[in-house]
Amino acid sequence: MARMTNLYDVSKCTACRGCQVACKDWNQLPAVIEPFTGNYQTHESTNGDTYTIVKFMEGEDPVDGIYWNFLKYQCMHCSDPACMSVCPQGAYSKTSWGATFHDPDKCIGCQYCTYACPFEIPKYRKREDKITKCTLCVDRVEEGLTPACARTCPTGALTFGNRDELLQVAEERVKFLRANGFPRATIYGKLELGGLNKLYVLTDTPDKFELPIDPKVPGQITFWQDWIQPYFGWLIPVALAGSAFSFVTTRILANKNGDHTEGGHE
Amino acid sequence: MTNHWVDLKNTDCALIIGSNAAENHPISFKWLTQAREKRGAKIINVDPRFTRTSARADIYAPLRSGTDIAFIGGMMNYILQNKRYHEEYVRWYTNATFIVKDTYGFDDGIFSGYDPEKRKYDGAKWAFEMNEDGTYMKDMTMEDPRCVLQIMKKHYERYDIELVCRITGTPKNKYMEVIEAYAATGAPDKVGTIMYAMGTTQHTVGTENVRSYAILQLLLGNIGRAGGGVNALRGESNVQGSTDWALLYHILPGYLNTPEAKKHPDYATYNAVETPKTGYWVNKPKFLSSLLKCYWMEDDPAKSYDYLPKRIDGKNYAHIAMFEDMYKGIIKGMIIWGSNPIVGGPNANKEQKALANLEWLVAIDLWQTETSEFWSYKALERPTDKDEYDIKPPEEIKTDVYFLPACGSYEKEGSVSNSGRWMQFRWKAADPVGESKADLEIVHKLALKIKELYAGSSRVEDEPITRLTWEYGHGDHPDIDIIAREINGFTVVDGKPGPQVANFTKLMDDGTTACGNWIYSGVYPADTGNPDVDYLARRRINTDDQVDPNYPPIGSYSQWSWCWPVNRRIIYNRCSSTPEGVPWDPNRASIWWAGEEWKGNDIPDFGKTTDPNGPGGRNAFIMRPELVGCMYSKCNEGPLPEHYEPWESPIKNLLNNQDLNPAVTVFEPDKQGTTDKYPIIGTTYRVSEHWQSGIMTRTQPWLAELMPNCFVEMSEELAKDRDIKNGSEVIISTTRGDIKALACVTKRFKPFLIDGNYVHQVGVLWHFGFNGYAPGEPANRLTPHVGDANTTIPEYKAWLCDVRRA
Repeated sequence: MARMTNLYDVSKCTACRGCQVACKDWNQLPAVIEPFTGNYQTHESTNGDTYTIVKFMEGEDPVDGIYWNFLKYQCMHCSDPACMSVCPQGAYSKTSWGATFHDPDKCIGCQYCTYACPFEIPKYRKREDKITKCTLCVDRVEEGLTPACARTCPTGALTFGNRDELLQVAEERVKFLRANGFPRATIYGKLELGGLNKLYVLTDTPDKFELPIDPKVPGQITFWQDWIQPYFGWLIPVALAGSAFSFVTTRILANKNGDHTEGGHE
Repeated sequence: MTNHWVDLKNTDCALIIGSNAAENHPISFKWLTQAREKRGAKIINVDPRFTRTSARADIYAPLRSGTDIAFIGGMMNYILQNKRYHEEYVRWYTNATFIVKDTYGFDDGIFSGYDPEKRKYDGAKWAFEMNEDGTYMKDMTMEDPRCVLQIMKKHYERYDIELVCRITGTPKNKYMEVIEAYAATGAPDKVGTIMYAMGTTQHTVGTENVRSYAILQLLLGNIGRAGGGVNALRGESNVQGSTDWALLYHILPGYLNTPEAKKHPDYATYNAVETPKTGYWVNKPKFLSSLLKCYWMEDDPAKSYDYLPKRIDGKNYAHIAMFEDMYKGIIKGMIIWGSNPIVGGPNANKEQKALANLEWLVAIDLWQTETSEFWSYKALERPTDKDEYDIKPPEEIKTDVYFLPACGSYEKEGSVSNSGRWMQFRWKAADPVGESKADLEIVHKLALKIKELYAGSSRVEDEPITRLTWEYGHGDHPDIDIIAREINGFTVVDGKPGPQVANFTKLMDDGTTACGNWIYSGVYPADTGNPDVDYLARRRINTDDQVDPNYPPIGSYSQWSWCWPVNRRIIYNRCSSTPEGVPWDPNRASIWWAGEEWKGNDIPDFGKTTDPNGPGGRNAFIMRPELVGCMYSKCNEGPLPEHYEPWESPIKNLLNNQDLNPAVTVFEPDKQGTTDKYPIIGTTYRVSEHWQSGIMTRTQPWLAELMPNCFVEMSEELAKDRDIKNGSEVIISTTRGDIKALACVTKRFKPFLIDGNYVHQVGVLWHFGFNGYAPGEPANRLTPHVGDANTTIPEYKAWLCDVRRA
């Protein structure tokens, strides 16, 4: 199977959030009803029962006036995912067509991936002691269907298909947008982190959409991946113990600082 | 819609005003996005606040709620003064050339013929001059000072840019940007569409707001053309259908006026009074006769006309008036069907009190609504001590309430008619849950039971029921096939249904045909033996056929579903061609004269063989007695739209000395808020995530998650002024009551600079009530009991309030 991806064109998105509901429907995720905090956005970020959200970002530009940007936010399905590198259990794998697959049967809920991910996407689901995230609808795509979010999108902002072809579409769209009132329009995900399997057409620079301009995998993970994992396989248990120790101490310190909000083993 | 959803892709410029299309009609943006992508179309959004629609618009211009006529009037003035209108179109297809009688006059906000006591006009004063042969007197040069074009020029010359911006609060540069972009569609080969919704209609000048759009579209030559039109985006999937089927009190199915007792005492008088001399409505007696025949098949229409209930002449039976009567104790019982006035009705506190005056109430809905539980303790809770209407506690309410569970749309079969007038059939997907039943089954059983109760009666006053024809099969659920045949119409043979008619041109006024709704006649014509053609549920071939190699298809999809009238996708489409019959724009050709007959990508809204250069060849609006589009017409408040302030307004009218529309009925003069106590403009609106009064969405956890609470949007400036923090609880108050909501402090709402002073506006979501996963207080406890001068649609969209920290 060729490399497949979602193309999300923010210039066509009206933030109706049909994708958010379609995702919950297909994956049978319970509602996480949090009180309104002054922004249309439902949650600050994804959570254990919410694989995708639409972010709402408003601001004012001295020249262009008010803007209200929307961004569908979920796992980016990186080419070389940090979550997969750090997972001590090998719960992550890449499918032949590019999805970053997480196997809940192997997951021990250690949350390394959460902290390693440059987009902070994998989230802990306490009731099962597992990590969850967007699956790119592996269970639909491998049956020849499109992901639930793309299928429901009414405006055509979200599409799914061959990555090379969608990249061409994205290039064309950026050209069009730059000529039609969005001089800073750009593609996101083409080159970032070696190429994401979620392509974005943005109407402005990535920071206006709360996306990291040059996302990086933390240095120690690269080191781990490039040096320790291939050559010193026997070091893994030791390193794991050390990391776990450091993680627990970090958590304890964090909790001492009054940070009880992120869930965990306590 | 004069056009339809798919047709939005044909536009060069979409003016979205009084509508939040992206949020409330998401599919519209599928087609607008295509128009932008493929045609380079511009999207303009005019709205008091920056919405998700504004975020996807090319131009956003703010305007203060309730100032649409000033806004559009200024555009018309610019277009008239700078001759940006589509001259040939205006000359041939509108009444711009008509000469108005000298009894017409206009002075300081009042047209001639006004009776201030009755707050009513004598519209006869605005009539046209007639020739001796009974035709309209015209000046084809449009230079006569009493021709409509010149009268309009004079009327709107007061609407200069500076004054308009002082009224609307629109920054001048933004206003000019809108005017320039939209006036460009006056070029013969350019087309613009106006998309509107409740932000336009829910005002004391709602009807005139819509008329102002229609006039603008006629001036620019945008009616009857692909990519144009005046497009009402209906707020529910079947609002178009419910209007076609006479949900409103003033009409019978197919837009025939309901009879009034003194004005229409008998059948002959009704036909004499209601039938115009010219235009297609000369056939009205055929439609009425066939409708009566459908109700009372064994009786002669002249007799069965007497069975129709008659209105008291001049009495208002609209929602507000009905609840006023209920409040006074005049109405004793009510069946409320798929409606939730405790959340959705204006002045919901008063309406809640009114419900307690009923002896009985039958509520029919999918869930227990706030209305079906108006008697509960939950309904009694208020955020403050304010109780303007002395709401009764449960122990003092004597009303018997019955609840009938209805099933959802996927649990029944039948049709809905969308905004584009497409009637689409749906199969049942699942069996109804529990005891819930389809609406059709509920009404069928109710009718049969009522007939049973009256059976055997020989009293003449019971004849409307005893003689009523109600033959819809033998099951609990009526036979939809029989209903569909009746809607289409058939020949009556020996007092029984005979073969179906082809369409409404075959209906007769002598009682030999029956038809449930003439505009739908043709939806289910005679059996031809071809299931692709005959069957009502046809979702026919999904292709957009090309009729002529010179003219590409325009997205009519005429083989998909069926559209009234006679599957015509764009009405008034004669206007899509020049007076000589050549398309204004060959790339968007709707119909054209092919030498012997009209051909096209659509069904001609015109005589198929009427030569454009022969007699009547340019009478493009066949439904109008004038046979042209009416820029100058008759509404209750005048022949041309004039700006009046909302009933509750922060300023005096700057255009004339009439603050309120002179033809509006004021129901509660003592409840008019003033700026000393209520200095802030309030409005209500919906969001994508909830549906109407919320009873179908607040009950869904996934949707409740998306919009969990009622909130009020306000500017950062107002929040700072009132020391309100984003996300905190606030109290919004009006003379009618108080509600609590969460603050949404945003850059997207800005104070308006109105006549030199800053005026704040806030907006509250109206979806909420005490039931469901996303409970909140109904915003309609704040809105007033005052409505439009023609339709009495409530003025939900502009009122005065105050906001403070809770």
